[in-house]
Amino acid sequence: MTGERLEEIHLFGKSVTMGKLLRKIFLVDLFTGLKVTFRSQNPKYIYTEQYPAERPKVGERYRGAPRLNINPDNGETLCIACNLCALACPESLIVVGSERNEQTKRKELTTFTYDTSRCMFCGLCEDACPVDALELTQDFELATYTREGQIWDRQTLEEGPKPTPYKC
Amino acid sequence: MPESTFLDSTELVLNMGPQHPSTHGVLRVILKLDGEKVLGTDCVIGYLHRGVEKIAENRTWAQFNPYTDRMDYVAAISNGLGYCLAVEKLLNVEIPARAQAVRVVLTELNRLASHLLWLGTHALDIGAITPVFYCLREREEALKIFENYCGARLTTHAFRIGGLQYETYDGFEREVRAFCKMFLPKLDEYEDLLTNNRIWIGRLQNVGVLSADECKEYGVTGPMLRAAGVKWDLRKAQPYSGYEKYDFEIPTRQNGDTYDRYIVRMQEMRQATRIIEQAVESLPEGPIIRGIGLLRGERRRPAALPGPGAPALFRELAGIGPHGERRADSGRGGGDRNTGYCARRG
Ligand code: SF4
Ligand code: SF4
Repeated sequence: MTGERLEEIHLFGKSVTMGKLLRKIFLVDLFTGLKVTFRSQNPKYIYTEQYPAERPKVGERYRGAPRLNINPDNGETLCIACNLCALACPESLIVVGSERNEQTKRKELTTFTYDTSRCMFCGLCEDACPVDALELTQDFELATYTREGQIWDRQTLEEGPKPTPYKC
Repeated sequence: MPESTFLDSTELVLNMGPQHPSTHGVLRVILKLDGEKVLGTDCVIGYLHRGVEKIAENRTWAQFNPYTDRMDYVAAISNGLGYCLAVEKLLNVEIPARAQAVRVVLTELNRLASHLLWLGTHALDIGAITPVFYCLREREEALKIFENYCGARLTTHAFRIGGLQYETYDGFEREVRAFCKMFLPKLDEYEDLLTNNRIWIGRLQNVGVLSADECKEYGVTGPMLRAAGVKWDLRKAQPYSGYEKYDFEIPTRQNGDTYDRYIVRMQEMRQATRIIEQAVESLPEGPIIRGIGLLRGERRRPAALPGPGAPALFRELAGIGPHGERRADSGRGGGDRNTGYCARRG
């Protein structure tokens, strides 16, 4: 107790112990913190992605831009116009247009409208599709200059968006 | 001379929020200030009303699931779990064991991701900028697991009523284990930076004290209640999703101030890591979803075509009339297909 009192000195009217004062003068707390910071300073640990020069590799199951798959053998759409995706969608943003083919007595897809601006990419439409025609792909850059550009028709869904390329 | 107001000449009443960068748009605080000193506050809440209940009225049970992700978007998986459990309870169904275990792994991972965002921004608001970088770095690893598992990082829609939609991917267990192994030392690192930090202690101790009785009065639960000394955790008190199988503790503290809440949450992260490790060690084999079919009393919506609620532009481009009828020129789609997209490198 007395030893502590001896060490006590007065600074700006406050009494502090010598140890505390030395800690303050030599910024011990600061360096304790900085030690942790410096451990992460190695350039090996740089975590920032240099987008757009460096693109992230998104997950295989990523739910991004929608696509209407076509059969690679004959170029015809896989969609059987069953309308299940439109029924499953919570936002009612899919409109499937179909026509009955009199020869084969089957429904055939005519138009397909998909409003990406209201889509929440929940994947319910994809899950509902019985023939895996509608799929959410790994494409994640969906920005457009206009509202119209956000509403995709059948052609855009089948061919994929055609972005304006730019150099940087 | 005008009548004196209720303020002294040096006092000032100031509105902070609801549009203020540090209140994140959900709170308005009426401050009574004397210079820099806060003499009194009055909080106005209720800015986060988004009418999800009304949306739910017009959706089927399965359709409403993705909306729950958006209620607390940093804990989307936990919200989804709550919703799915509620519907499963209504239906009186038990979901497969594998689905339960995977749900626990993902929910606890989400707890870590959510706590990390809290810790980082909390420290940032107090004035320590470093922890937020570290926290987001670790959070990123958890989000990558979500992305690989279900295809989304934030609003995940990971669970379905009756189980899971997605089977775990190759290397799921390995990645989760690696995350846990990596995460514990990082947690020590955050504690190195904060727990004994003078500024941190000075700014948190005896701040925002909420005693156990007050918590009960207001119905406050979670870490806030546990920091006030009440050992109450729903995972122990009313176990769900197989939580009774895992060995973990409920961290509590006594004072109920912000510092204690910080300590409780840090401890909680350690416990969550323990649960994840146990759950991923013993993932049972088997089915991941139990088919339920169309729920009784659930109607398909009468018209599949978007009605008057849909935006006019969409109705025009999709060729839908004002009452959902189809017009002749339907399905035109967007106009600027070849010029509309930006931000793509050639
Ligand atoms: S992803 Fe969800 S919101 Fe988007 S179209 Fe499909 S079902 Fe609708
Ligand atoms: S669910 Fe699939 S097959 Fe049916 S209309 Fe939609 S995209 Fe076509």
